[in-house]
This record gives sequence, C-alpha cells and structure tokens, in this order.
Amino acid sequence: IAGVLTWATLLKVSHGHCLLCFSCLVTLVFVSPLPQFIYIIPKPSSFRLRSLTSNHISNLSMDLRLPSKVLEHILSFVDSNEDRNSVSLVCKSWFETERRTRKRVFVRNCYAVTPEAVARRFPETRSLTLKGKPHFADYNLVPDGWGGYAWPWIEAMAAKCPSLEELRLKRMVVTDECLEKIAASFKDFKVLVLTSCEGFSTDGLAAIAVACRNLRELELRECIVEDIGGDWLSYFPETLTSLVSLDFSCLDSEVKLSDLERLLSRSPNLKSLKLNRAVSLDALGSLLRLAPQLVELGTGSFSDKLDQEAVAKLSQAFSELKELKSLSGLWDVLPEYIPLLYSVCPGLTSLNLSYATVQMSDLVELITGCSNLQKLWVMDLIEDKGLEVVASSCKELRELRVFPSGAEGLNDTNVAMTEQGLVSVSEGCPNLESVLYFCVQFTNAAMVTIARNRPNLTCFRLCVMEPFAPDHKTQQPLDEGFKAIVERCKDLQRLSVSGLLTDKAFEYIGTHGKKLRMLSIAFAGDSDLMLHHLLSGCESLNKLEIRDCPFGDTALLENAAKLETMRSLWMSSCCVSFGACKLLSPKMPKLNVEVIDEHPLETRPDSSPVERIYIYRTLAGPRLDMPEFVWTIQKNPEIGVSHLAIK
Amino acid sequence: MSPEEELQSNGSVASSTRNIVGVLKEHNYLGLSDCSSVGSSNLSGLADDDKATISLKATELTLGLPGSQSPARDTELNLLGPAKLDEKPFFPLLPSKDEMCSSSSHKNIASGNKRGFSDTMDKVPVYTEKNWMFPEAVLATQSVIKKEVAQNLPKGKLSTTNNSSSPPAAKAQIVGWPPVRSYRKNTLATTCKNSDEVDGKPGSGPLFVKVSMDGAPYLRKVDLRSYTNYGELSAALEKMFTTFTLGQCGTSGATGKDVRNETKLKDLLNGKDYVLTYEDKDGDWMLVGDFSWEIFIGVCKKLKIMKGCDAIGLAAAPAPAPRAMEKSKMRA
Repeated sequence: IAGVLTWATLLKVSHGHCLLCFSCLVTLVFVSPLPQFIYIIPKPSSFRLRSLTSNHISNLSMDLRLPSKVLEHILSFVDSNEDRNSVSLVCKSWFETERRTRKRVFVRNCYAVTPEAVARRFPETRSLTLKGKPHFADYNLVPDGWGGYAWPWIEAMAAKCPSLEELRLKRMVVTDECLEKIAASFKDFKVLVLTSCEGFSTDGLAAIAVACRNLRELELRECIVEDIGGDWLSYFPETLTSLVSLDFSCLDSEVKLSDLERLLSRSPNLKSLKLNRAVSLDALGSLLRLAPQLVELGTGSFSDKLDQEAVAKLSQAFSELKELKSLSGLWDVLPEYIPLLYSVCPGLTSLNLSYATVQMSDLVELITGCSNLQKLWVMDLIEDKGLEVVASSCKELRELRVFPSGAEGLNDTNVAMTEQGLVSVSEGCPNLESVLYFCVQFTNAAMVTIARNRPNLTCFRLCVMEPFAPDHKTQQPLDEGFKAIVERCKDLQRLSVSGLLTDKAFEYIGTHGKKLRMLSIAFAGDSDLMLHHLLSGCESLNKLEIRDCPFGDTALLENAAKLETMRSLWMSSCCVSFGACKLLSPKMPKLNVEVIDEHPLETRPDSSPVERIYIYRTLAGPRLDMPEFVWTIQKNPEIGVSHLAIK
Repeated sequence: MSPEEELQSNGSVASSTRNIVGVLKEHNYLGLSDCSSVGSSNLSGLADDDKATISLKATELTLGLPGSQSPARDTELNLLGPAKLDEKPFFPLLPSKDEMCSSSSHKNIASGNKRGFSDTMDKVPVYTEKNWMFPEAVLATQSVIKKEVAQNLPKGKLSTTNNSSSPPAAKAQIVGWPPVRSYRKNTLATTCKNSDEVDGKPGSGPLFVKVSMDGAPYLRKVDLRSYTNYGELSAALEKMFTTFTLGQCGTSGATGKDVRNETKLKDLLNGKDYVLTYEDKDGDWMLVGDFSWEIFIGVCKKLKIMKGCDAIGLAAAPAPAPRAMEKSKMRA
C-alpha cells in the first residue's frame, strides 16, 4: 500500500517513528501489519542521503530494525552511488544489503582498487564503468604501454559477476581477447561503450556482434582500432532486433551498405546512429529512410557529388527525421550541402561541427535555425562573427566548445576569432555553463566580462594556444582574468588555465576555487608557490594535472597529505626531483607514486628532475603490470630508501 | 597475477572498502612541521618580495628564436658528479630563486618568465630554449636528459612534424600542445589532405597513417610527412615494432615485459620474413617501394607489416579498373 503525501502532510501523521527524513516531495510507503513503521522514501531525484549516519539515526530515538528486504526496497530507489556509499557506512548489515543490491559501479581510476575486490563486493552489478589512463594521455604525454588494461577487469567480472550487462571503458587498452571474453562470458550483455580506447581490431567487434544476442548499444568513441575491414557489421545476426545505439564513427573501413540497411530495417528501437567517414552521402539517404526515428545522427562523409534528384531525396529524408536532437559527423562537408540540414535545425539540442571545415559564411544560416541548441562544438572557423550569431540565436546554449582548425593547432592562417567571440556568447546565452575555447590570444578584460556575465559557469577551459601569451592588449599576465573567473563563478568545478600566468593567479585560484575539482595547467607560474597555493587552498580538488611548470619538491612534499584526498596528480616536465619522489612514496602508503621516465633512475642523482610523475590514491597497492619505464619505490627498491612501506 | 592480488587485498577489503568514501585521515607529513612552518614563512615572505620582481619580469618577454641556445645548454653537458649536487634540503629552491631574480643582467635570465620546454618525447631538437628559474645544477641535468633523449627515438611515440622549411618565426612543435586529441588531429589532417587535393594546394600538415603488424597486439600511427625517404620510414618502423616480441605478443593485455629485440625485427625484415605493404586509395594492398617517395605518401592510406608468405601475390603495380568499378557498384 502506498500513498503520496507532501512533506507538510507528513508532519501531521508523524508518529515519532520518522525514518529517513528528507525534504521535498516524498512517497510514503505504509507497511502493514505491525509494527507499523512509516518509511518515507523520497522521489529518487531528490534523495540526499549524505547526511545520514548512524549517529543521525540514533538521535531520532527509534527502533531501527529494518528487515533487509525493506531496506532493499528502499534502496531500489537510491540511484546515486554517492548516497549508496553513505548507506554502506551506517552499519554492517546496511553495508551488506547495499553491496548486494548495487547495480552500477563506477571506478574512476582502474588502479585505485583491484578488479577482484570490486567483483567480490558487488556481485549483482549490472554495469561497470572504468577509466584507465590519465587525462593527459589524450595529448600523447603518457608513453605507450603505460597500462590501463581492461583484461584483468573483464576476467574478474566474468568469474564473479556473470550477470554483467554493461561495460563502459575510457582510456583503456582493450584487446580482441577482451572482446571475445565479453562475448563468451556475459549471457545478457547489452551495452559496450569504449571511449578513447585502443588495442583491438574489427575482429573483436565481430565477436561482440555475433554473440551478444540482446545487444543494445555498441559505441566506439574516438578509439584507435586496427581496421581489418568492414565485415564485422555483417556478423550481427538476423535475430538481433534490440539495437538502440550504434557508433562506429572512428573506423576507417567501409561497411557493406546492404548489411547496414538490413540492420536498420530490423532495429525499430534504434535511436542513435553514428556512421563512419566511409559512408557516402548517397548511402546516407537510404539509411535515413530506414531509420526516421533517429534521435542522434552522426553522418558519414558529406562530400559526394550528387545530382539534383539525389539531393532532393536526401533533403526529403532529412525532413522526415522528426525526432532528431543531435547531429554530428559532417566530415568533409561541402558548403552547398549544408542547406540539407536546415530542416532538422529547430529540433537540435546538440550540434557537432568540429570536423566541418567550412567557413563562417556557410554556417550562419545553419546556426540561426538552431534555436533550441544546448550544445555546440565548432571550429574556430566560425570566427567572432559566427559566435555573435550563436549568441543571438541559441539562447538555450549550455555548452560551447571551439576547437582550433590549423593542422598543428597553431593557426597559420588569420582566422578572425578572438576573445570577443566568447564574450559575445557569454552575453547572449544565459544558460552557458561549460566552455572549452581554443584561441590564439586573450585578454584579462574579456575574462572579467565573461565572469561578470556568467557567474553560473561550472567548467571553464581556456586554451591560449601561444604558450606564455600575455594579455595581448596590456601585455600583463592573465592573472586578473582568471581571478575574476574563480571569484565570480562560485560553482566552478573544472578549470584549465593557459597563457602567461604568475604565482598570483594560483593564489587567486587557491583562495576562491573552493568547488574546483579538476584543474589543468600548462606552462604557467613562477615557483613552488603555485603548487602550494593550489594544494593548500582548493578544498575540493580531485584531479590536478600539470605540465611544463617550474616547480618542484617543496610544495609537493609540504602538501603531501592533500594527495590522499585527491584522485590523482599528474606532473610532467616540471622539476620534481628524483629525491622528492623517493621521499614521498614510503610515507604515503595509500598512494601509488609512479615515476614515468624512459631513462634509468638508478644512476640518477637525487636532485635530477624526473620526466613525469603520476600519483594516485589506491587501495590496491602497487600495480603488477608496470612497464619498464614506470618506477615505483615498491617495484624498484634498489632506487629507494631502505625500508618499504607496503601495507 | 591473481594469487598475489588476492593475498594483498583480502585482509584489507572489508575495512578499506569502507574507506573508499570514509573520511581520510590527515597525515602530518614527515614531521616536517618545524620545517614547514619555517618553510611557509619563507614562502609568504618570498611572495611579497616576488611581487615587485614578478611584475617587472612579467613585462620582459623575449622569444628564443630557433637555433638560439640558453646558457644552460652551453655548460658542460656531462652528468654533474655527486660533489656538485649536494644533498639539498627541499627549500633552497627559494633562496636560489632570489639569486636568479636579482641577476637581471644576464639576458636569458632576464627573460625570467620563460620556461624551457622539456621536449623529452620529441625526437626533434628543441628550437625555443628558455630558462627555468632554477639552480644551475638542476638545469644542466635537465639539459643532459634532453640531449640524450634527442638521440633516442621515442618508443612508439607519434612524432610531430618539424617544419624545418618554414620561416624562423615558426613555433616549435611541443608534444601534446595545444591539447588537441590525436584522433582530432589525425582526422583533420586527412581532411586537409582531401581538401588540399581539391584545391591544388600542397598539404603541409602531418600525414598520419596507421601501421599494423601481424601478431602485434595493437597498431601504431606514423606521420609520413616526417620522413623524407623510404629508408627513414623503415628505420622508424623497426624501432617502433621492436617492442613487440614477434610471435610472443601478449594479447592477454598485461604486457609488462616486452623484450627489446632490436636486431630481431631488423633481421626478420631484411631476411624477408616480413614485408612492408600499404593500402592505397583504391583499397588495394601493394608492396612498398615501387613508387617514388612523393607519390607514395600521396597514395598511401595504411601500412601493414605482413608475413612474407601472406604477401605473395600482392600487386606491385596499380590495380586494374574492375576493382574500382566493383567499389562504385557497392556505393550505388
């Protein structure tokens, strides 16, 4: 028996046996017969268990003897793992009930805990999300072979959690063997999402396709795949009708159009389709006609020469896409085909033009039509003028990313995009909260304006592509600009800084960036003060990545305790000395201190700097799969102090 | 791997898993509390001193032009003996900084806000060499490392293009900067290449192609524009693929110990056990070497190091038309 009451009504019926009292709309579950406890279960979206501790409960002075079945029922409403973590701390029986009922597990650093421990603790998990390499691996700063292997995880899950259905991996090494193991081990496997992964070939995909009878999602996002051919697609059996999402945009080989067409014909639930470049514009037409229900579309190459009839048919196909909300792909798009997209624009909430090398003038009308756009990724070819159009047309915009168009990223041609473009968008788009902006130069004044306009920013990543570039109008460091950002944007969680910055900038960030969780720094600061400000000031700091900054040991060692409160710290091409690493490791047993250096360390003097250092907290101790260029005090005791501190 | 893992984690699972979200204890690091109080007063004191200095420094910007050398590089590039590098406590960085700040006469130190790029992974010599505000010792050692690395080919790294032919004001290629994902760079590079062909302009961006090898656990990418002839490409590929012990590639994923058999691959390549092939624009696999280098990089889409026996029958000349027709039929 269940009834829905508001909080006010609840107070009236309170017997004093209030359990789990929280604000907002709640669903009341009356459990009969006696004892009659009123279990108040808030609607999942408003459930905040963070404050619940065993103390809290005892203060309510009631008899807490929840049958585990009831707790299970309550927990079925609790989705957030943060809340579930709180639940598991209350008492042993709650820990047990929680762990047996957790369905989704997120391990944001695959070396923070062993696969066996996770598999053992959460045997009923249906979904596992893992992240491997540090973020800077995206920019080639982590040598090949560093680690991040998916195999041990797949092996452990196959042994203990055969009901696993979903696997999402980011920046991990996934081999064909892994994919074959997944196909063989999990009978009801449904979702495979690989982001920035590498190590497998299209043969592995074939294994997944052929074996996973209930496959719903297969997404390869920006993976490096050994592309043996397009045959893998033909391995989807005729009986597979459950496909909801397919993304093979990062593959090179052409798949057989007829296979793809047949797949689409029998996939009525297909909502997201992202084709690779090899799918021609002509082919696109026939595919769209087979899947007019698509919500997300990634086109293939947009550059065939089509005759008028083909163009008309394609235009018709696009206009049939009534549900389309997201559009991407558009490789090689020719300006004359952009009008084909006009019909879908008003419905779009997400548009990725970051591979569309077209000029601003070709984009204006397209963007003007996108009045509901929330997410826009473009290249700097859009120029300031184009961003003004965005500012005036896309009032719902929440996320803007502007990527550099030059081949090396440093613009040789004079693209007319400056800081003004971002200022315009910050003025015109009241919901803008996430920004990634590559620009050749910037000014403090612009940042001050942006901060004033958009104190609701939660993510601000500015990449001034010229290292050490000062404010190009005043020649001052960009300290004041970033100060304005961190001061005004109180909810800022992610920040990337660039340009000429002194220690002052980091003093500001340390003082104001209280909610900052992830910070990326390159070519900045003057001294150890920089790091000291950050580590001592930023209370919520979770991930810190630094490259080419002039600090070394002092701040790191002084703030070593802080490192255990963070997920990870990456420093490359800084001046952390070998001696500091040796000092740091044995004192911090809950951290793995990895020195990633391709030169042997035995003969190095203590004051010599190391190439890279990656420090992360872990329960698993030193990992067992380190390549020869990764040094830790445990693996290489000959380089370290005399006593080791392995737990 | 499992037994040790089990032993290690078994005892601590119950308690440690709770600590995943429990409050982590604050550590009083190393009993440095005395030192750290000294240190922090040092730090704050310095901050004030530095304000004046820094604002001056901030306005002095000079670019190190390609070919210019910083003083650190001019010093004797040998590993400094232990006598020179005494066991420094971790604070002298700050007093030393004072010294550096005050000696503004030296040109390079005056460009105080510039940093040296440690292009440790780039096989291209660093062009713009700037000064760290650091003790000489550390600087010199760092330069040594740079020099050493410049001589070694990076292990399977992507090498960024070195535009040696561009004007002196060209920026140095810094690894991983600007922070654009390789995937994007490669995709755009191909886009540029395609559009360049259309426009008739010579492609100047990097030209990445995937290189796979039979038996290797995963593939690599090379930038064809960074080589000028087949010999360079071949040498680079050899270096790249020696990390894979042929026939022993651990596809289980836990490759901790790739044996470096530098000569093994070379012998194999030369001993005609393996041949280098490429896929051209029409999708045909051809043996590398028949065309001139310029033509080759124009048509090569992918490279593959094949076993010699697999490569028998590969065309060494452009494929005839029927293949192209078949392809266009598929598209229709």
